[in-house]
Amino acid sequence: MIGFATRRLLQAVIVMLVVALLAFTMFRFVGDPINQMVGIETSIEEREALRERLGLNDPIAVQFYRFISKAARFDFGTSYQFRQPVSELFAKRIPATLELSLTSALFALIVGIPMGIYAGLNRESPISKLFLSVSLVGISLPTFFIGILLIFLFSVTLQWLPSFGRGETVQIGSWWTTGFLTVSGLKALILPSITLGLYQMTLIMRLIRAEMLEVIRTDYIKFARARGLPDRLVHFRHALKNTLVPVITITGLQLGAIIAFATITETVFQWPGMGLMFLQAVQNVDIPIMSAYLLLTAFLFVAINYIVDMLYFFIDPRLRVGRP
Amino acid sequence: MKTKSIVAAAALLTAGAGSAVQAETLKFAFQGTLNNLDPYTLNETFTLSSLGNVYEGLTRRGSDLAIEPALAERWEIVEPNRWRFYLRKDVKFHNGNDFTAEDVAFSVERVQSEGSDLTTRVPADAKVEIVDDHTVDFVLSGPNPILHYEWDTFYIMDKEWTVENDAVKVTSASDSTANFAALNANGTGPFKVDSHEAGVKTVYAKNDGWWDTPTHNLDTVEFTPISSDATRVAALLSGELDMVYPIPVQDIKRINDNAGTVALTGPELRTIFLGMDQMRDELLYSDVKGKNPFKDAKVRKAFYQAIDIEGIKKKVMRDLSTPSAIMISPFLFSKAGAFERYPYDPDAAKALLAEAGYADGFTVGMDCPNDRYVNDEAICQAVAAMLARIGVKVDLNAQPKAKYFAKVLASGNFDTSFYLLGWTPGSLDSWNVLSNLMNCRDEAGTGSPFNLGGFCDEKIDSLTKEILVEVDPEKRDGLIENAYQISHDNAYYVPLHQQGLAWGVADNVELVQRADNQFKFRFVTKN
Repeated sequence: MIGFATRRLLQAVIVMLVVALLAFTMFRFVGDPINQMVGIETSIEEREALRERLGLNDPIAVQFYRFISKAARFDFGTSYQFRQPVSELFAKRIPATLELSLTSALFALIVGIPMGIYAGLNRESPISKLFLSVSLVGISLPTFFIGILLIFLFSVTLQWLPSFGRGETVQIGSWWTTGFLTVSGLKALILPSITLGLYQMTLIMRLIRAEMLEVIRTDYIKFARARGLPDRLVHFRHALKNTLVPVITITGLQLGAIIAFATITETVFQWPGMGLMFLQAVQNVDIPIMSAYLLLTAFLFVAINYIVDMLYFFIDPRLRVGRP
Repeated sequence: MKTKSIVAAAALLTAGAGSAVQAETLKFAFQGTLNNLDPYTLNETFTLSSLGNVYEGLTRRGSDLAIEPALAERWEIVEPNRWRFYLRKDVKFHNGNDFTAEDVAFSVERVQSEGSDLTTRVPADAKVEIVDDHTVDFVLSGPNPILHYEWDTFYIMDKEWTVENDAVKVTSASDSTANFAALNANGTGPFKVDSHEAGVKTVYAKNDGWWDTPTHNLDTVEFTPISSDATRVAALLSGELDMVYPIPVQDIKRINDNAGTVALTGPELRTIFLGMDQMRDELLYSDVKGKNPFKDAKVRKAFYQAIDIEGIKKKVMRDLSTPSAIMISPFLFSKAGAFERYPYDPDAAKALLAEAGYADGFTVGMDCPNDRYVNDEAICQAVAAMLARIGVKVDLNAQPKAKYFAKVLASGNFDTSFYLLGWTPGSLDSWNVLSNLMNCRDEAGTGSPFNLGGFCDEKIDSLTKEILVEVDPEKRDGLIENAYQISHDNAYYVPLHQQGLAWGVADNVELVQRADNQFKFRFVTKN
């Protein structure tokens, strides 16, 4: 067990290092940060002096070493654009991203599961067909387009919901801000959550439908029916329970994806989270923010994978067989 | 536009007399973020425009961009090299501190210190002498008629406050902790910063202790950056915001058609132009080997005449541009009317090319930004198509500004053969254009650092030196005209147009759209 855990941990560390190296070399091609930090009339000498102060003239290996050794202590340096410590900036933006991601995941589950069950149980009904075609839209339309479509329908035409921002937020503790406690905050969550969660909703719905169709054909369901159990019990206690195993795994992994890839949704809705900050950093060649974001994302995925690996170890007895 | 602001002022005068206090909030969005509240960290229009509502300079510019007294009541040139500024009395900073000559001397020192991006606001060899609490002398090494031209954006800080909060050093990107002045502001202006979260939201509140009589009726101003064009426009159309800028030219009609919103358009001061490498003996990106076609004035003129500027205006800019014959906005130069573009004439252009020995044309690589100026990439594509008609094949390399500037500026060794650039003189004066774009430079960029093509004309250089010290306005304008004439005759540049400003405004908001694209809350009234 300990051997398995340490091997996995070692692999995780290597993955993180590779991501860091990749990210770091990639920044060479994003452009010159100095130009984004000064006005156009700033003299060449001043630009050079700034470059020197930032250590951008050092050899890449030196820069990489400096970056890694600081990052290991959670010091990601100072943002070029904002001139504030990157870790502080992230701390301020994390609540917005997490609240949005959680709401989207909940939306995907609460809407996706019943739709999937219905479509699985009544595969021929017109409503199921409607669900399926709607879900096709969710998969095939790009996120930013769905977002803009929703904005024009619900903000511009109907004027029900806000088109941008988080609404009013409430401060909880020293650094967490929440939009869950105000009316405008909740209203502001609706459109971005739907936009962000639509893809996952589709995924969950189709997954459940397919699993349902499969499970219903199995012997124990037939047996349950033969026992004369009411449909409700057969469908929800016996069938649904067994479809949920893969769904839970997928949802867990997708949560990481939602958090990491909220960038587009956050940009369309000017949602003040990490993804928006990352995209702006790319435009302005704000290397400290970009590298921190990529590392954070990699860490998220590596951590989730590591936990899943460890869980499998406990769930699946086959992994333990033959190992001391 | 001017009539609009006068109407607004008149309306305010009649309404202001007896009206009850009504809390008005202006909500607006801009495409970029306000990164920092330190007024010396970034020499960029939006930052300076925003902070100009909070901080003030010794001078300010009115709705027509004319220089007005602000923190200095008046000034005079007592000796050719000595300027005396009489400071306004009874001015208080937002924290209640008095504004005195000490603050001016301190601000000059700070703006010239390491890390400041506005060091050019005050000549490096200028000395500040405090005469008394409300009189300051600037002693220069030579006459300088435009000393105060950029002082509307050289904001005066409170010495006591800055020292107290340990913010004397200008926030530098290499610092590991945030500077107090980067997150807080203490100016003398009509608005205070109520709260500021960089990249998320900034809230301004009216400064009741402002020395001037407010013509605005705002109590609160909320700024949100919205980077997505579609979202910004949607937020205006839905009535959530009172004002957004800039708006894409293709959305102007939509905003005008919508009840309750209007698109305000007008010429901006920025001149968009084409430049050519005239320094290297062989172009970096061309099939012409062993010589540089752009060294021949005929080729440059051929390029000039091949461009259908009216076509660009109609098709690319949707009429939101003013074709230009010189390298500065006609607003900023009294004799601009004397210049006229070489007419669009592809046949004449072809003949010129043939005369220069390129009857079959040639291939040249062109660099272009795609996120810096209004429709920049589309302009470049149009230019490439027009040049194709005279046999010149253009390989267009359009990329984001971060990559584009890294390539074409001095830091990239001027790695370009043919490029599109825009320029607004920060001082709103021609000397800035001449010294940045039209003087000779060496390979490292010493001289005119933004003369990317590196052409060199001794006559323009000597005229630039004369213009710097000439104090007689009439004579000075004559010299400037000569310099522009030389550039025009030789087609050193191909000026294209002044790009347009487009702001989206709710009908119940009256404001002034200044040609320098600065948005000043003190000109706003909301009904």
